Parts: sequence; C-alpha cells; structure tokens
Amino acid sequence: MRDGLVELLDGRLGTTAWLSHGMPVIEIGAGQLPEVVRVLRDELGFDMLLDVTAVDWLGRTPRFEVVWHVFSTRDCQRLRIKTRVPEEASEVDSLVGWYGSAAFMERECHDMFGIRFRGNADLRPILLYEGFVGHPLRKDYDKHHEQPLVPYRDTADRGTQGGPR
Amino acid sequence: MNHPIANPVRSAILPTGGDDGRLIVNIGPSHPATHGTVQIITELDGEKVLRADVHCGYLHRGFEKECEAHTWHNLIPYVDRLNYCSALINDFAYCGAVETMMGIELTPRTRVLRTLLSEYSRIADHITCVAAGLMELGAMTAFLYLMTLRDYIYEHLADLTGARVTYSYGRIGGLARDLPEGWLKRLDEVLDEYETYIGRIHGLVDRNRIFIDRMRRVGTLTPEQAIQYGCTGPILRSTGVARDIRKDTPYLAYADLDFEVPTGILGDNYDRYVVRMREMDESVHMIRQCVAMLPEGPINVDDPRCVLPDKTLVYREIESLINHFKLVIDGPRVPAGEVYSAQEGANGELGFYLVSTGEGQPWRVHCRAPSFVHMGVTHLMLQGGQLADVVPTFGSINMIGGECDR
Amino acid sequence: MNGPDKRATIPIAAAGSPPKNPVFDVFTTKKDEVVGWARKFSLFPYPFVTACCGMEFMSVSSTIYDTDRFGAALPRFTPRQSDLMMVVGTITHKQAPVLQRIYEQMCEPKWVMAFGVCATSGGFYNNYAVLQGIDKVIPVDIYVPGCPPRPEMVIDAIMQLQERIANEHHVILKGDF
Repeated sequence: MRDGLVELLDGRLGTTAWLSHGMPVIEIGAGQLPEVVRVLRDELGFDMLLDVTAVDWLGRTPRFEVVWHVFSTRDCQRLRIKTRVPEEASEVDSLVGWYGSAAFMERECHDMFGIRFRGNADLRPILLYEGFVGHPLRKDYDKHHEQPLVPYRDTADRGTQGGPR
Repeated sequence: MNHPIANPVRSAILPTGGDDGRLIVNIGPSHPATHGTVQIITELDGEKVLRADVHCGYLHRGFEKECEAHTWHNLIPYVDRLNYCSALINDFAYCGAVETMMGIELTPRTRVLRTLLSEYSRIADHITCVAAGLMELGAMTAFLYLMTLRDYIYEHLADLTGARVTYSYGRIGGLARDLPEGWLKRLDEVLDEYETYIGRIHGLVDRNRIFIDRMRRVGTLTPEQAIQYGCTGPILRSTGVARDIRKDTPYLAYADLDFEVPTGILGDNYDRYVVRMREMDESVHMIRQCVAMLPEGPINVDDPRCVLPDKTLVYREIESLINHFKLVIDGPRVPAGEVYSAQEGANGELGFYLVSTGEGQPWRVHCRAPSFVHMGVTHLMLQGGQLADVVPTFGSINMIGGECDR
Repeated sequence: MNGPDKRATIPIAAAGSPPKNPVFDVFTTKKDEVVGWARKFSLFPYPFVTACCGMEFMSVSSTIYDTDRFGAALPRFTPRQSDLMMVVGTITHKQAPVLQRIYEQMCEPKWVMAFGVCATSGGFYNNYAVLQGIDKVIPVDIYVPGCPPRPEMVIDAIMQLQERIANEHHVILKGDF
C-alpha cells in the first residue's frame, strides 16, 4: 500500500480512514461526494472507477449504503468510499461526469436497489426489463416473485410423447 | 407528370430526428456473434456505424440475490457460472475473498495448485475467445483446431474435478480433492498438444492478409479511454498500459513465478488477439514452473470453521459429527465485516465484494464483473467503424454473458 | 371442364390423422418412412445459445464428438432456414419474448431441444429473473439434463429425437392447404 495514504486521506479530506483487510476505506456524507471524488481523481491519482454498488441494511436507518471502489493505475492502489442514504431520499450524486465506467454501473445499482443517481440522465433498466416493478436486491423483495413477460402456455397439451403437437 | 418515382427502399428507412438516410439495425440478442445475450442497436449511415447502443442483461440470472439465500459454501456452483469459460478462476477468487475475511492462510500445496489451475483455466478462456473470434471471421479451421485443444483441457480437468465446464472445485480453505494419479503426466502431454495446435493457429492467422485487414486499426481504444471507462485485463493491456494484478499486487503463488505481462501498441482488435496469444504462452510457462515447484502436503487448512472433518472421524467422534452438521446446515461462520478482493480473471479484474454479519449465509455478495464494465466502453469501439466490424470487435472484447449480467 | 372436380375425390390427410382409405396406407407408410429418413438426417439446428451450455454445444459440434455424423452440424443462424431449435442455456424472463418470437418464425416441421437443466426447468436458478423451463412458453420435444450435459448426452438426445422423427407421421398436405 502506498505509504502514508491513510494519513494523507485524513488530512486532505477530513475523514477517518481505516483499513479493511489491507484496503483503505473512507466513509463520507452523501453531500461530500463531488469534492471527495475531485480530490481523489485530480490530486491523489485515483483515475479508474472500479465498481459502484450498494448494500441494503433493512432495519437500520439510514437503510442503504452506497459503496464505490476506485483504483489508481499509477500506484496500483485501491480505495473504498462508503456513504449511507436513507430510504425516503435514496439519492446520491452521479460520477458519470468523472468516470465513464459509472454509466453502466449506476444503471445497475438503480435497477437493483432503486437508488437514484443525480446527474445520470440514462437510468434505464439494464439487467432487468421495462415493466419490471420493484428492486430485486432489496431485502424486502421476495426472491421467487417472478414477473413474466410472456403468458405461459397450457402445459397440459404438451404432446411430447410421440405424435404431432 | 414528371414527378420522381418514390424509391421503395428509401421509403422504408425511418428518419431519425430529421436526418435522412440513417438506418437503425438491431443486432441480437439472439445472434451468434453477440454470444447470444447482448443486443446492439446501431444507427447506420450506409455501412458506417454512427451510434451504437449496447443492451445487456438478457442473461441476468439473479446471482447476487441467489447467493443471499445459500450458505457461503453452497453458493460456489453459482460463482462457477459467472465466467463459465474459466470457471476455476471464479472459484478461487471467491474462495480467496472469504478466506481473507476469515483470516485463513492457505497451505503451500494449495497456493501453487490454485495458481496452476487458474492459469490452465485462463488458457481455456483465451482459446475460446480466439476460436470464436476467428470463426466469426470465417476461419473454421482455426476454430476446430482450438476446440479440439480445448476438449483435451476439458477432459483433463474432468479427471481432476469431475466436470468439464463448471467445476465447483474450490473450497473455502483449500480444494475439493487432490490431484489423481498420472494427472501431471497428462498435463505435460496437453501442454505439448498446445504447442502443436497454437503453432498451427499462428501459421494460419498471424500474417494472414485478410486477418490483418479486418483486425488492424479496427475497434481502437486509447489508453486514456480505457482507464476512463474502467477497462482491465487484455483490453487495457492491448492499449499499452501494463497493469496486471498478478504482477502489481501478487496473490497466491504469483510472486514466486517468472512471467511477463504482454502489452499491445494500438489498442485495436489485432492487439487484443496478440495479447491473448502471448498471455497463453506465458500461462504455459507459469504452469510448467508451478509443476516444478509443487510441494507435497495437505490441500485443506486444518481449520474446523470451514473445512469439513474427515469422514471416518465424523462417524466416530461426536465433535466431528456436530462440526460437520453445523458446516453443512448453517454454513461456515464468517466473521462480520466486509472485503473487496480482486484477482486477475481472464477478462480483467474480477472482484468480489462480500459483506458478512457473522452468519453462515452472506448478507451481500457482489461480483465486480470485468465484462459488464467493458460493455460500457463497447459503443466507443464500434462507433466510426463499419457494420461488418461490429462482429470482430465484439468478439475481441470477450463478453461472457454469465459474468456480464450475473 | 364440366366434369366433377377430380381433386375433391382424392382424400387429403387432415393434420395429424392418417388417411381413412386403406388403399393409400401402403403409400403413406412408405412416404412417412422416406420423409422421416430425409428429415432426421438433415437437421438444421438453430443454436439459441445463451450461457455455459454453449461451451458444450461448441464441443459437441467440433471434431471429437461431431454432430456432423448425424447430419445435425450445420447451424443456420436464422429461424427461417432451420428446423431444430436447440435452446442452449438459461432463458431469463427478459429473453423469453425473444425465444417465443424466434420459435414462431420457424417453419413447420420444427422441433425443440431443451439443452441443459436451465432450459429444461430453470436449473438451480429459482428466482425472479429466470424462466423455470422453456416449456412454459414453447413446446419442447426433447429435454437434455445436465449442467452442462456431456457431449455424449447431447448426441444421445439427437439420436432419440431422430428416432422420433423417423416414426412420426409426416403430413405433407394439411387439411387446410
């Protein structure tokens, strides 16, 4: 790990960074995101956004935790950024203007959790389809609740045992 | 009287936003070149692609939701089916992430074996990518040569793991079983077959005028674009950026191995082909080193938190019986916390972000899939090219549906 | 001509039923055998490949296992020209309308093979995203279990399907022709 990174982050961002199995993690408020990303990308050299995802802590408030992972190709250093958003206002700023890879990953996060990314004009469903109601990775979405697009055929007339169907 | 005759073809072209002559062509999702699960909607001006809109998600199988309903062990088969071309790498990346959370240090034999098998799987994946890409260009011979070679690898891995394609061979704390008798000897034979077949491919393809014309300067990506869009793996390396997790932050036994990281120069399809072929050669070199340095010893750590006890003990001792029962029914208890652990998959950085609440079932399993991120940059590679270039460019990205859509 | 319409007196087999006239039985049986033989050895698969089973499909079409021996190797990547749709891999709810549309675009006679457990019954993906078996949307003629099935299983399935095709009653002219 890059020397003094934790101290550098604390000093520059005013956060309290800790190490999670060797990877520095910072937890910020949702409103701090643009400034933090600016510092990370332009001053500290974190030029690649690896991942955007979320965790649903059903029962806790704030309910959702949005997690970003960034990477510095210069120092081969990874960093995790976390923030909590409440269920009623599950919105964060989009990183589409900073990193091109944010586009698809934010669409997926919106699909799965319903978290809106302000500034990302394209939040169409990417893994799910138009007409799907709900956000499956939320803990209160029943895993077995299917929403078929095609009406099922009457399987009584399968006709698979010889003869025409 | 002298009005022009309406061109029946032209009247069928739907104008978009007032621009005349643009045609919207839908490619996929059931299309051989898009590996069956991606839809590319292209806006064309004649043969030139003006805009491309990539729609993935047709193979979204609910992997992450499914994982929350299984124990840490039971979900290993699901992990297998992410990048199904190189399933062992997924197994080991996931098991490695859980082992990091549990603070488990692998045995020396498993460290080397996992490295060997990861490289073996990488060869299978690159063979599949190159074979499919060449077939889509019309080179059936190359496809059949590579499929024969890949079948030798599959049969060989079936001797070890029991399955040809999706192995479920990794276990938290080690591996499912040790190498059978004669496996290493057969490995040597397969690697010799590899030399033969790959030599033929080089002869058929490398300096083939048609291949070069179709792949050189097609689907180009600059290093800045690649980094901006989160590309990793062969795509990033083909642009000239020499980033490889195995070299930068070595894991398993990679620190003890001597290998190079091949890079390209232009970031086009031809460079991606060359990078993959060179990576396969490096993998073979690494496998031979692993075989030479493979130590004896147990393959599973002696840790009752995650490793099933020996069956003879389970039948005789009550402690082992209870341990076995708890591990199977409740699952291994992983300490509360989270981890992001990345390994170098065949397509790039394969990361697992795991969140545990101390139970035997995960709270959250997220897979950072390189193919999904690469779908986000595909439109840049397709725009400005021809319609016929969509096929080889898409093939050189090596989008694996299971990994992209999870 | 002013005479009776000759066509009206020749019994045309209605879809799915053998002709009533016993004199024609010999001809229709022979016809069925010949047509069955021709159809079973000239299967043009439409490989509707989505997932991991596609790897085994590539293997079974290649040199070591070779479906070409059975006449079933040449894939036609358009439903208009194919008669065997091999649904290889998981079909999700997002993909189901595409599957149904491709099936409807195929011409008679057509057969469907559910290749792998995901196509057969959803496999071990029992959740919101996956169609629990393609027979919920299209009729299936042969199911090949396995995750993924070994190439020998696929060849066995093709052979069983060929036997079924050979023994089918092949309707050339339908009643509403």
